[in-house]
Amino acid sequence: MNIYGDWGNVLTILRRAQWHGYEPVLHEYNPGDAFPQDVDIVIGGGGQDAGQDKIQADLLKIGPRLHELADNDTPMLVICGLYQLFGRFFRTKDGHVIKGIGVFDIETHGGPERMIGNIVTKSSDFGEIIGYENHSGQTFLGSSVQPLGNVIKGAGNNGQDEYEGARYRHVIGSYMHGSLLPKNPAIADWLLEKAAIKRYGDFTPTVIEDRFAHEARKVALNRPR
Amino acid sequence: MPKIPLPLTILFGKAVREAAKLRGGGSALPGLFVESIDRDFIHRCLSQLPQGVVLISGTNGKTTTTKMVVELLESQGLRVFTNRTGSNFTRGVAAALLGDITTGGELQADIAVLELDEAHAVHFVKTVQPRYTLLLNVMRDQLDRFGEIDTTAKLLQTVAEHTSDIVVVNREDPRLLKIAQDLSNSSVRYFGLEAGLRSQFPSDDNLRSALTDTSDFPPASSLLHAVKGHTADFIIDGKTHSVTLKLEGVYNIFNAAAAIGLVTAILGDKTDINQLTSTLESITPAFGRGEKLDVNNQPLELVLVKNPGGFRLGLSSFEPRGYATMIAVNDNYADGRDMSWLWDVEFNSLKELGVASVSGVRAYDMALRLQYDEIEIGAVEPNLSRALNQFIKEYPDSPKRIYCTYTAMLALRRELAKITDVKAIS
Repeated sequence: MNIYGDWGNVLTILRRAQWHGYEPVLHEYNPGDAFPQDVDIVIGGGGQDAGQDKIQADLLKIGPRLHELADNDTPMLVICGLYQLFGRFFRTKDGHVIKGIGVFDIETHGGPERMIGNIVTKSSDFGEIIGYENHSGQTFLGSSVQPLGNVIKGAGNNGQDEYEGARYRHVIGSYMHGSLLPKNPAIADWLLEKAAIKRYGDFTPTVIEDRFAHEARKVALNRPR
Repeated sequence: MPKIPLPLTILFGKAVREAAKLRGGGSALPGLFVESIDRDFIHRCLSQLPQGVVLISGTNGKTTTTKMVVELLESQGLRVFTNRTGSNFTRGVAAALLGDITTGGELQADIAVLELDEAHAVHFVKTVQPRYTLLLNVMRDQLDRFGEIDTTAKLLQTVAEHTSDIVVVNREDPRLLKIAQDLSNSSVRYFGLEAGLRSQFPSDDNLRSALTDTSDFPPASSLLHAVKGHTADFIIDGKTHSVTLKLEGVYNIFNAAAAIGLVTAILGDKTDINQLTSTLESITPAFGRGEKLDVNNQPLELVLVKNPGGFRLGLSSFEPRGYATMIAVNDNYADGRDMSWLWDVEFNSLKELGVASVSGVRAYDMALRLQYDEIEIGAVEPNLSRALNQFIKEYPDSPKRIYCTYTAMLALRRELAKITDVKAIS
């Protein structure tokens, strides 16, 4: 599922890995493919409600493998539609239930209106997280997951509590597009760091010139919703 | 509210139009005004047209295609009313009507050709039933306004269902094809692409995956068969016609196939095909759609980019060699506020020469995007007029091309009008 610029997340991981001195290999996984053997980072995208239905069966099939990876501290980033399906279920507005794989202890309910616009949250690990949300699903966190951030501006998971996204071990779920990683290099480097330490026991980052990201964040902070 | 007599609405409306002109205000204000005093205004004006109303909608190419359809119909002897401004909201139609209608309430036209965006088209067809509708494509655009592509497709389905005679549909667009195949009330004609050209027109669904199977496509009454530079072969109702165009970009040439499909659907056997193709050869791009201006004896092209599909098509249509390139990205309401779309465009074709200047409200988002494709950037200057002037000063002897979002384009045209001849958008 790639509709909302989620390629930006993949590209950011690839480039920053290179800039930090690694040689990343990209496996593009689509429903029906053999799940790659050797996985350091998993990145998954958004999509439309219809697209979600299509990938659900396949996702349930590879669910056990994703659980195993998550419990082994493999870093993952799942956005929007896949974030929802990493939860326990998504109940659409008309009562249709799409079962998720339950990596996150979260549930999502189709809401009456879309939550659309620029969003800013705050996280103790990543500072301000800046992006763009566009979803009608309202997600609620269970007791065994942490939010990714606390909403400063925007709706977040459900427009009711103050949370945005979810974290379980090294898995991050979020509604934020924008794309998320290029505008929030701290999260990208965190994913890379976790992957590098898991594989090599060490992560020695180089200094990356993030001036454009820095300036783009400043501008985004002050744009209307 | 009691009904205001039409001539009175027109009189008031024209007065507001003049006042707005004096203020140098937007083209939509008078339209907004007449709509508020007379909700039936558009319907009352358009219902008098003997050949009815033609509606053009879709994500990309509306303005260019509408311009072509209008000129093609005029070449066949019809008097055409249209909303030339590119203000593709219903109030834009009302504003255009105020300009053309006599104070007696007479519209001197045989047919109306209107471009409307998807949301306004739905609103519009509920008061005015179009006789013909052309559906160009459904691509990711301004999802922050409509939500999802499938939602946008549903809007167009409603438009198609409200069309009385013929719906002309891009058979290459899977969502539109489905709409067309489900239609029962009106007949459908298709325009399309020769199989070999399809790879140049990726849809959003296969931006990053393989093309879907297209073997069982319905036949097209207007087909773009081959493109070589500015020369294109169209197969119109089974016969091949070779045409040399003034339009820039493969996607505009495909829009020509759409225009031909629509015009032949309207005119049927009465179409003068030779006249049609010779008129097509003389059509110039609509403003900001590959429009060529002259700045200090060097061409400067404005290429409007609004969504990933359009940006990709623009980049693949225009050869960067020999040009200095600038990109201007705004995020005002009309541009779409979400910057995610920039990440679904690949900029590799600009790698060799780099990008001379990046500007607009979201200049740094654009610069960030280019950084990740490892493309060199000359300058980042969010202020459009400063960036434009620098760009012109630094590349005095080079042709220039500016890819720009909608409101950035309007601002750049205003700025360019100070130094060169820029055709007014009236």
